[in-house]
Amino acid sequence: MANVPEDLHYSKDHEWVRVEGDQAIIGITDFAQNSLGDVVYVELPKAGEEFAANESFGSVESVKAVSEVFTPVAGEVVKINESLGDEPEKVNSDPYGEGWMIRVRMSNSGEVDSMLTAAEYEDFTKAESE
Amino acid sequence: MVDFGGWDMPVQYPAGTIEEHLRTRTRSGLFDVSHMGEIDVRGSDAIPFVNRITSNDVTKLVDGQAQYSALTTPIGTVIDDLLVYRLAADHLLLVVNAGTTDKDWEWISSKKSNESVQLQNVSADYCQLALQGPDALPILQQLTDLKLADIKYYHFTHGVVDGVESIVSRTGYTGEDGFEVYAAPDKAVQLWKKMLDAGKFGSETGVLPCGLAARNTLRLEASMALYEHEIDETTTLLEANLGWITKLDKGNFIGREALAKQKEAGIKKKLVGFEVTERGIARDNQDVILDGETIGRVTSGSPAPYLKKNIGFAYVPIEFSTVGQEIKIDVRGRLVGAQIVKTPFYKRAR
Repeated sequence: MANVPEDLHYSKDHEWVRVEGDQAIIGITDFAQNSLGDVVYVELPKAGEEFAANESFGSVESVKAVSEVFTPVAGEVVKINESLGDEPEKVNSDPYGEGWMIRVRMSNSGEVDSMLTAAEYEDFTKAESE
Repeated sequence: MVDFGGWDMPVQYPAGTIEEHLRTRTRSGLFDVSHMGEIDVRGSDAIPFVNRITSNDVTKLVDGQAQYSALTTPIGTVIDDLLVYRLAADHLLLVVNAGTTDKDWEWISSKKSNESVQLQNVSADYCQLALQGPDALPILQQLTDLKLADIKYYHFTHGVVDGVESIVSRTGYTGEDGFEVYAAPDKAVQLWKKMLDAGKFGSETGVLPCGLAARNTLRLEASMALYEHEIDETTTLLEANLGWITKLDKGNFIGREALAKQKEAGIKKKLVGFEVTERGIARDNQDVILDGETIGRVTSGSPAPYLKKNIGFAYVPIEFSTVGQEIKIDVRGRLVGAQIVKTPFYKRAR
């Protein structure tokens, strides 16, 4: 069973958002990393780039496939997880911790309210894997 | 699970592609390749008939020997690649790709003239399990009295494996030593389980069941062609580096004339292997760029788990096909550097 921490917000594209003040930390969920398989490459934007909500900010590649990753919230990238350059496997081993991808200064912090709660996301993934 | 030529097949098992790939290189991996098609050719003209529709020289085979070959079009391109097994002087078995079995069957049937040949599509009569890797022999040996070590590479024998009548062939698609076992389909589950048990599946160095993704990365590292990627009806055997299975001197075969002409004139494009030299992974169908111009196309691109590089195959114009040539791959809009390298990318130590 995929791990779905209570305190995060989730998207239907399998990203999670952790809110810290006016900033959002974004990564992909345990369910997503598990479906992808071994992550071998992560492509991230540069700090300073701006994204609209639901815009693609990068990609995650397994041996077999490339998946785009989308930011559920609009804003400016203030920091990226540089360590994924050498250790992309952190996305598999610790998707909610060391596998985080970008930190965004949200332009509208209300956007997270329309995201799924942990319980809703869990139901959503169950329905999707059936 | 994905649809593969009409078969429901796993991309990977729980261990994951990288682990499956590495285990096959270092110990052993088990592949259910029952999707492969089989076409039975019998009759006193079996050898001359197959020799006329394939590019390699069937007359060179002895009983119990297999040969990599291709079904060719009149212009020297490829209907399919296949293995030709000689069971007897009047009996051959053609093992073809799953997705092309129906097309091959129609093509082969249509090529039959008044030769004394009986053709039968026997794809549904066989399951096929491929046990590959350095431990394949000792594992399979536990299930059979056949002296496996006596079967030479690209040879096969009939025998009993775990009580099941089988064809045991020392062939594979991974670049490792190993065996492919053909048996009745209702024995597939039994053989699969017994091979996993004999291979100590579950232990750290035991056999791992492997999915389609590992099958692809293993064959790519070993530089074996995949139909509809490196070879198809638009590329000739010579362009695809398959001159070694193109026996122009063996007598007439479909496409011989075109291939002889092309050999004399020289090929204009060529399949090359490349290594990505910058950050990024080349993928199938991406463009190859040189000085801002698209000069070719990636046929297969992937991370190579054992070599720990990002590699691929591409068709490029002959003038840019030499080893060391720098190229760029258009990876979703980003130009990533790569260099043409010698193939095979991986060759096992013997």
